[in-house]
Amino acid sequence: MDALALEATGSKKATAVAVTAPIPSQAPAKRKPAKKAKKAVVFFEVEILDAKTKDKLCFLDKVEPNATIGEIKSMFHKSHPQWYPARQSIRLDPKGKSLKDEDVLQQLPVGTTATFYFRDLGAQISWVTVFLTEYTGPLVIYLLFYFRVPFIYTPKYDFTTSKHWVVHLACMCHSFHYVKRLLETLFVHRFSHGTMPLRNIFKNCTYYWGFAAWMAYYINHPLYTPPIYGEQQIRLALIVFLFCQIGNFSIHIALRNLRPPGSKTRKIPYPTKNPFTWIFLLVSCPNYTYELGSWLGFTLMTQCLPVAFFTLVGFIQMTVWAKGKHRSYLKEFRDYPPLRSPILPFVL
Amino acid sequence: MDDPAAPPPHHHHQLSAPCPFPSLPPGAMASSEEDGTVEEKENNNKKRTKSALVTAWLTFYNIAMTAGWLVLAITMMRFYIQKGTHKGLYRSIARTLKFFQTFALVEVGHCAVGIVRTSVIVTGVQVCSRIFMVWFITSSIRQIQNEGSVILFLVVWTMTELTRYSYYTFKLLHHLPFFIKWARYNFFIILYPLGVVGELFTIYAALPFVRRSGMYSMRLPNKYNVSFDYYYCLIIVMLSYIPLFPQLYLHMLRQRRRVLHGEVIVEKDD
Repeated sequence: MDALALEATGSKKATAVAVTAPIPSQAPAKRKPAKKAKKAVVFFEVEILDAKTKDKLCFLDKVEPNATIGEIKSMFHKSHPQWYPARQSIRLDPKGKSLKDEDVLQQLPVGTTATFYFRDLGAQISWVTVFLTEYTGPLVIYLLFYFRVPFIYTPKYDFTTSKHWVVHLACMCHSFHYVKRLLETLFVHRFSHGTMPLRNIFKNCTYYWGFAAWMAYYINHPLYTPPIYGEQQIRLALIVFLFCQIGNFSIHIALRNLRPPGSKTRKIPYPTKNPFTWIFLLVSCPNYTYELGSWLGFTLMTQCLPVAFFTLVGFIQMTVWAKGKHRSYLKEFRDYPPLRSPILPFVL
Repeated sequence: MDDPAAPPPHHHHQLSAPCPFPSLPPGAMASSEEDGTVEEKENNNKKRTKSALVTAWLTFYNIAMTAGWLVLAITMMRFYIQKGTHKGLYRSIARTLKFFQTFALVEVGHCAVGIVRTSVIVTGVQVCSRIFMVWFITSSIRQIQNEGSVILFLVVWTMTELTRYSYYTFKLLHHLPFFIKWARYNFFIILYPLGVVGELFTIYAALPFVRRSGMYSMRLPNKYNVSFDYYYCLIIVMLSYIPLFPQLYLHMLRQRRRVLHGEVIVEKDD
């Protein structure tokens, strides 16, 4: 699953690249000049009510008119330490949309006494933590099966290696794929969201780890049957796999370069000098396209039904994400290239 | 997984305007309105005709299913009265049961299209579990067809479906006798656990035959590099009743409290 999936999952502010600047720490720098200004400043009063019970949770007086929601969240956190800013959802209406951290108080449709509604988003966990955990699992688990650690297969096969060279190749490809993902999480991706709900880590890890174990069991099984068309099939599969891995990486780099760190402009991704990005002419989310291609290559290489199944499920999920992303692109940009499809050129 | 009193009661509240069949001719109110609203009226008429068709289809569907389960009920009773034993009863109703239980897949379509306001997944799981029992347990494993547990769940299913479909039928016809409503929200208290017992015992009885015959199973080595053991699959299915049954049962108890006693339950935002 590609890292940029996070853009499409439940995020209304889906952007390709962003840096979460720690807003509260910038506030003092902004505040000082304001205090020194000779003009009279109209302070706001902010009251925060619980969205469900309408109880008054917090009352803040003397709030700067140019204070952001992020700063208000920090202030709220001080009076209610169990609700750190990441798990606060502040909205104008109990059933409305969540306000963004960057929204400025005086630009909101509120009077000088602003009433906000608070909803607890539940325990949160950072995206980076989730990604690192969910990708390290398959890497380790696959290797456990590859080295035929005891209690998996019959004891006489413990710590033996497969006699088929495609099994070794598959292990290298699988491991390479997840190492690439881990490195991208650490060095390439720019996450626009800091956190996600805690329960997601259990859901995601079950998915990745479960499938990894299921696939690895059969590929590294002593009774594994290599591909029917032998070397030709494996060679073709490897070419497809490597091509798509490079393509996927190119797209990630292109998306990262779309926005320099710190700015919040959203731009349409376009093909660059790198030929692997030329697919942007036809597809909105080519990272998913290449991801699908990689797994198709791996399926062909291993000729293993569980791998095909994993590819299919991943494809369905990525299509959902791609369609959402495509729709938000169309909504945001009037001049969005009409030739592009969400994930498969001309088809889907 | 059995679910005697399945989807929530607000099935049909969404469906019809107070009067599902248009009673006023389209132009009746034109005199006091501007021209611009003619299109709106045409759209409203289209919506009303659509809603009328939908209601007509749903009514037909629910009447047909009530009739089908009634036929099953009567056939089963006649068999038992004539033969005095339940041996061979399943065989005699197998085809009818397969037909009507499989046809219930249509209900998943209703949810997907939106004419019935229930979750697709919930309905899907319920219908699939029934189809699984019918096609993959009782119909395919002959040796267990004369078990008492089979009769148990058949009786439970029949009573449940009769109450459920007649409830929907009457609701659609706006003529719901209190007894049917009472039955739909009370029978399940006994029927649901009984149904689960019947199903679990049936699957348990089937296990040795599955093991011996190796049916629906695939072993290594094979060119797909996959294996499947139906025996262990059934064991997992049986175990899955443990988390799922209490959840569904409690859900239905909550529904019951809401519908029959009008208890105000604080709305939970999801």
